[in-house]
Amino acid sequence: MESINEIQDAIIDEFSFFGDWMEKYEYIIELGKDLPLIDAQYKTEDYLVRGCQSKVWLHASLEDGKVIFKADSDAIITKGIIGLLIRVLSGHSPQDILDADLYFLDKIGLKEHLSPTRANGLVSMLKQMKLYALAFQKQLTGKND
Amino acid sequence: MSGKLATTGVFDVKAVRKDFPILQREMNGQPLCFLDTAASSQKPLPVLQAMDNYYRLHHANVHRGVYRLSQEATDMFETARKAVQQFIGAGHEQEIVFTRGTTESINLVASSFGRAFLRPGDEVLITWMEHHANIVPWQLICEQTGAAIRVVPITDTGELDLEALEQYLKGPVKILALTQVSNTLGTINPIRKIVALAHEHGIPVLVDGAQAVPHSPVNVSELDADFYAFSGHKMYGPTGIGILFGKTEWLEKMPPYHGGGEMISRVTFEKTTYNELPFKFEAGTPDIAGSVGLHAAIEYLQGIGLENIAEHEHELLNYGTELLCEIPGLRLIGTAANKAGVLSFVVEGTHPYDLGTLLDKMGIAVRTGHHCTEPIMDRFGIPGTVRASLGMYTTKEELDRLAAGIKRAVNLLL
Repeated sequence: MESINEIQDAIIDEFSFFGDWMEKYEYIIELGKDLPLIDAQYKTEDYLVRGCQSKVWLHASLEDGKVIFKADSDAIITKGIIGLLIRVLSGHSPQDILDADLYFLDKIGLKEHLSPTRANGLVSMLKQMKLYALAFQKQLTGKND
Repeated sequence: MSGKLATTGVFDVKAVRKDFPILQREMNGQPLCFLDTAASSQKPLPVLQAMDNYYRLHHANVHRGVYRLSQEATDMFETARKAVQQFIGAGHEQEIVFTRGTTESINLVASSFGRAFLRPGDEVLITWMEHHANIVPWQLICEQTGAAIRVVPITDTGELDLEALEQYLKGPVKILALTQVSNTLGTINPIRKIVALAHEHGIPVLVDGAQAVPHSPVNVSELDADFYAFSGHKMYGPTGIGILFGKTEWLEKMPPYHGGGEMISRVTFEKTTYNELPFKFEAGTPDIAGSVGLHAAIEYLQGIGLENIAEHEHELLNYGTELLCEIPGLRLIGTAANKAGVLSFVVEGTHPYDLGTLLDKMGIAVRTGHHCTEPIMDRFGIPGTVRASLGMYTTKEELDRLAAGIKRAVNLLL
């Protein structure tokens, strides 16, 4: 499996072919439409990461030492960006997720969506992903502090 | 500086736009199409120049200096107060309290009036269309005093249910706090009639005028409002300064809000006596430059003519309403008969956040979300709206761009 940075570099490469914002957002919107990201059973208050403007639902599980993320949003652009974040972070070890430096959003010109003032739930979702990774890491190493 | 200001001739939106430097900017490669004036308006040159001039040549702290410069600054500050008084038709200068904005003005009344007059069992009456700034301060004071909040419902068109209001006024209501113009729906409430109704029951009224003052002439004496709150930055003036008008009879009975310098008459460690109105409510060094900018904004508004602005915005509102209603799946939220320049809408199958994001890419600045009025969103069962709001500098061409932009965005999203 590719490392987190290899996936980030692949996304940056893909986005370099887009001529203008229209093409880029068309792609993100398609990503958002294509991905049935989360089971209906997880689309509840318990899994809701509250943004001021758009809602995000996030579910995480540990399978064979890897964290599997599933997420969804009521806004399609948010959902498309979630698709990218999941492609980068899901399926890696808790430690790799904790160590991850997400530089790809800046490189593909989508960093503005991760501004706290944007209030779309993405910042809280990323924080929540890291918290899940931390919890699973403790589970794996048997630490109990 | 450019030649003549737009204030010198008949109303001409092109001339008006030349007075606003920021409107010459580009955004994402397109001329900026600024449709978020209800959140904060842009500033004309005279406001910028007045504030620059104040800091360059006249700045010193106000009221206590014996030296000439301090007297100049004090004169400018107090002249601004006088200008506000005349602008809104208030009876006395002492009834004009400078604050940081509408939010602080309402907090001041909620806190001071509440501590003086609210007891367990009393009610504070607000409406379903209030901005959070006219909800939360009352919740805070009700928690402290044991009073309760009661909310007047709104109809499907976004108008106040006046029959319910009349019923509620018969309860143990100590104050009615409501907006003159809804920032989300655009509804213009019949304030004069509502104030008269409340006064029949001896109930004072606080009016949130933040969305009213920049768009049509307001006279607080004619309205007979007991309190009237508004902001400088929504009326083409600077951020950081707001106004609370309060009738003398109420302000005198209310305790101070903040403590500090300026608001005192005499201080000992045993007891402090307070300054006279309006200084009792103005603790600390005020926003002197803000008051100077506000004064310039008032003169600019008067020069353009509020009747002209109201007429221009009304024409645009009708034009924009027709344009938007032609878009398949678009639903306007707020369709009151009497409406100000606010176009709030949702488009079937799309999220406001997505629409706003794509419009931004086309250089169109709109607001998305709940606009600090979550109860309205709950009332209409929507997550938020896209809101385009108009100002004196808005053009038909900009509304054409908005309509075309929405169609383009919807095509991408659906």
